Amino acid sequence: MSRVDLEAVRKRFGALDVIHGVDLAIEDGSFCVFVGPSGCGKSTLLRMIAGLESVSGGTIRIGSRPVNDVEPAARGIGMVFQSYALYPHMTVRGNMGFGLRATGTSRAETERRLQRAAGILQLDSLLDRKPAQLSGGQRQRVAIGRAIMREPEVFLFDEPLSNLDAELRVQMRVEIAGLHRRLGNTMIYVTHDQTEAMTLADRIVVLRGGRVEQTGAPLELYDDPATAFVAGFIGSPRMNFLRGTAEPGGGVAFAGTRATVPWRSGPPAPGTPVQVGIRPEHLRDDGPVRLAVTVEVAEQLGGVSYLYGTTPGAERLVVERRGLAAARAGETVTVGLEPRDLRVFDGEGRRLR
Amino acid sequence: MTSRRPGRGALGLHLTLAPLALLWLMPLWLMVTYATTPEADFLQPGVPLGLGGALADNWAILLAQTPFPRAIANSVATSLIYTACSIVLTSLAGYAFAQFRFFGRGVLFALVVATLTVPYVVVVIPQFVLVARDFHLSNTWAAVVVPPLFNSLGVFFMRQNFMALPKDMLDAARVEGVGELRIFFQIALPLVLPSTAALGIILFLQSWNNYLWPLLVLSRADAQTAPVALGALVGLDRVHWGALMVGAVVMTMPVLAVFVFLQRYFIAGITAGAVK
Ligand SMILES: Nc1ncnc2c1ncn2[C@@H]1O[C@H](COP(=O)(O)OP(=O)(O)O)[C@@H](O)[C@H]1O
Ligand SMILES: [Mg+2]
Repeated sequence: MSRVDLEAVRKRFGALDVIHGVDLAIEDGSFCVFVGPSGCGKSTLLRMIAGLESVSGGTIRIGSRPVNDVEPAARGIGMVFQSYALYPHMTVRGNMGFGLRATGTSRAETERRLQRAAGILQLDSLLDRKPAQLSGGQRQRVAIGRAIMREPEVFLFDEPLSNLDAELRVQMRVEIAGLHRRLGNTMIYVTHDQTEAMTLADRIVVLRGGRVEQTGAPLELYDDPATAFVAGFIGSPRMNFLRGTAEPGGGVAFAGTRATVPWRSGPPAPGTPVQVGIRPEHLRDDGPVRLAVTVEVAEQLGGVSYLYGTTPGAERLVVERRGLAAARAGETVTVGLEPRDLRVFDGEGRRLR
Repeated sequence: MTSRRPGRGALGLHLTLAPLALLWLMPLWLMVTYATTPEADFLQPGVPLGLGGALADNWAILLAQTPFPRAIANSVATSLIYTACSIVLTSLAGYAFAQFRFFGRGVLFALVVATLTVPYVVVVIPQFVLVARDFHLSNTWAAVVVPPLFNSLGVFFMRQNFMALPKDMLDAARVEGVGELRIFFQIALPLVLPSTAALGIILFLQSWNNYLWPLLVLSRADAQTAPVALGALVGLDRVHWGALMVGAVVMTMPVLAVFVFLQRYFIAGITAGAVK
């Protein structure tokens, strides 16, 4: 087992700066998820940890050993790729054993590890099939099995579930969580899907444009986002953002109403323009702060409903309701919320607490 | 999709294509009939559509006038060696261009492609001087095989093929510590086998049919390749047409065999299932 540390890590492709100095401390045995929109540099960062991309600046340590100039195979990592990256002309057995056999591991040892990995992932009956004869989920299990064969200190996953259909994705997510419990290795997992991040991670690293926007436990990021970007990225449906203005006495005026926010470090100067963030699930039937919403579309999903509407200032707003929502399209309803559920951000998207 | 029986559209297609196929096969058939026509009949007007009875005579003339069996053996050997070496070289170069980032890659590749625009007639004289005079390689297999080995079109073709390989697959092997040469021979090359086979046919044909260059560097009778040997049948005062056609028929057979043997690689969908 190993911890992974990044110090001021940078990456540039020619003239293009992609990673702008990332500092991270990933604990031994933890499940760390890099999350962020497409193109923010998640894969690049993971590939740098794997040794598949050179490091343009800073230091990467695995188990406190600097590995900037260490070959991928000598870093004690196993990697699972988004595309599975199986060798199509080899059987499952061949795919899983190829790396070990090609690097001089004995046949007996390879077979021992193969049996173990196949047992963990229930691949025993598939060993003689070619990748083309496997379903998407089975292929992904083989790809994970191939990583397990290396008995790595650190597992690296690059969007391993994004090629699977929704149902299988949930199932594999549970399997990967189980794998982590069972093996206890450090795992670094890249995804653009905030649900995967929330459900799998001990610790989430939100990346944006090659910088760390915030790191923290999933519920920390949900409850206490440092920026509007994190607040918008974590949570589904997305947080609503409304234009507001700071008022004297610690109040905020927005959407035709006002609320007194429980500031932790002093209110912003009166007159400051702010963004007011409200999660759809925090808009209830009633509450101290009341807000009029004109419903445009009501989606009834059975257990939960979503009302898509506008505020008096014509700003878009989503409301989540348990059960069936009585509102119809065109109706104006009043929703309420608690002032402590408001998240306020300044013009640059920084949190005002 | 399930295979369906040829419908009306397919029938129309066949009716259109059949005459074309016949037209295509006609010269081949004429080659066979001429090979069986007595030499005296060649000056008769008209085209022999049926087989004549002079195959044995023409064959005897061929053997008497040229070292034909030896020439065929030379051709087979040089063409096979050329094809094997050229496939390895062009695919290694194409792989490097496709998969590695290195200093000067763009310029180097542009140079390789630029050589395509140089006409062969411009190259052949300096090449002859180099090979025959400076390296004293006249009448050797090396003289036939080596100069055309680096085939820019082949490099370009293989580069395109290797660029289509998922990078992740090769990276997966790198993470496992597999050496680059082993990745090339055991993963990359097997996955582009169908295209490599197609290139192989093209390279083989190029070498097999090559006339001008072997003619220049192979003057000794026992070193000659088949096209050069057959060329000797065209004399100043007399042309042994029948023998020439027999030789042409014999030369066509291995080509057909190679094509039939490698054809299945064109069809095999080897990469299916590599990446979803
Ligand atoms: N080999 C490369 N050469 C140049 N630019 C690259 C290369 N790989 C990635 N990039 C760029 O780096 C940025 C981050 O890419 P990536 O790490 O793949 O993002 P993510 O995985 O978060 O979607 C993108 O803008 C991408 O275009
Ligand atoms: Mg990515």
